[in-house]
Amino acid sequence: MNWQWFHRLGSPRWFYQKTGAWLPWLALASVVLLSVGSVWGLGFVYEHGQQGNSYRIIYIHVPAALLALAGYYVMAISGAIGLIWRMKLSFAVMRAAASIGAVLSFICLVTGSLWGKPTWGTYWEWEARMTSMLILLFLYIGVIALSHAASREQSADKASALLALVGTVNIPIIYWSVNWWNSLHQRATLRVIEESRIDPVMFYPLLIMIIGFYCMYAWTLLTHTRTLLLKREMRTKWAQDELLGGR
Amino acid sequence: MEFQFANLSEFLTMGGHGIFVWVSYLMTFLALVGMAIYPRIARRRLQSELLRQQKNAQRRRRAVSERTATKAPDLAKEPA
Repeated sequence: MNWQWFHRLGSPRWFYQKTGAWLPWLALASVVLLSVGSVWGLGFVYEHGQQGNSYRIIYIHVPAALLALAGYYVMAISGAIGLIWRMKLSFAVMRAAASIGAVLSFICLVTGSLWGKPTWGTYWEWEARMTSMLILLFLYIGVIALSHAASREQSADKASALLALVGTVNIPIIYWSVNWWNSLHQRATLRVIEESRIDPVMFYPLLIMIIGFYCMYAWTLLTHTRTLLLKREMRTKWAQDELLGGR
Repeated sequence: MEFQFANLSEFLTMGGHGIFVWVSYLMTFLALVGMAIYPRIARRRLQSELLRQQKNAQRRRRAVSERTATKAPDLAKEPA
């Protein structure tokens, strides 16, 4: 079997040059989708019967939560690839995924808490879903902290990849927390196989926001990774040319 | 599909929930913008770091060549 593509994929230079062309499209898609979805969700969807207007927070809360979870897999898997094949590129992806995941889980927690006040009467409750989500944020922060801690970059990479892998246990706990424990948090209304338990009128803008968040995730993951690669490869000629020769 | 609010002030207050909704959206907006522009700032920092390094290296090279230029005649004289 021809493994050349795999080794080429591990080359920072190849990755950098390949991904440059995708960036404007991903940026455009995220800006358009997120703007359309927000305007639609804020002004053009009717009020929720029980929750009033506070439920409009769903259009950022749910996509941020989905991506904070999906981003954990990105981080853990690229950390594992880095550990197994000692691929520099995949450690850079892991570090980028850690900072973006931290921002997304922070958004998820803050919007959730702001949504909780008018609907549940409290900003915070130590129940399963919220607590496990808070642990997710701490795991992301832990990976970021570890990746800056060791003086040798390789050992910092390995340590943070290990933490990322160990923290994977938390992911199924978050997914199933609303079913295992009877909690304040409502159960999942989006279904892949069966019909979703959400009104289609409310669902379309949510779908747009979810796709928009995915585009935003892909875009920022690439730009963060590319900057990390430039930093690590600053002694090489291609990185210097890239840094000094315009955008 | 039509706009759900009668006027701007109703859109802003959202029946008492406005503050929660708007703070959520504003906070998310700021966080996403920060996430998007951070690589650009980091890149600019790297650029100036690289320029500084190159300038230092150049200065060092020039200093070394000046030193050898002034010392070379002395060294040449001594053994003679």
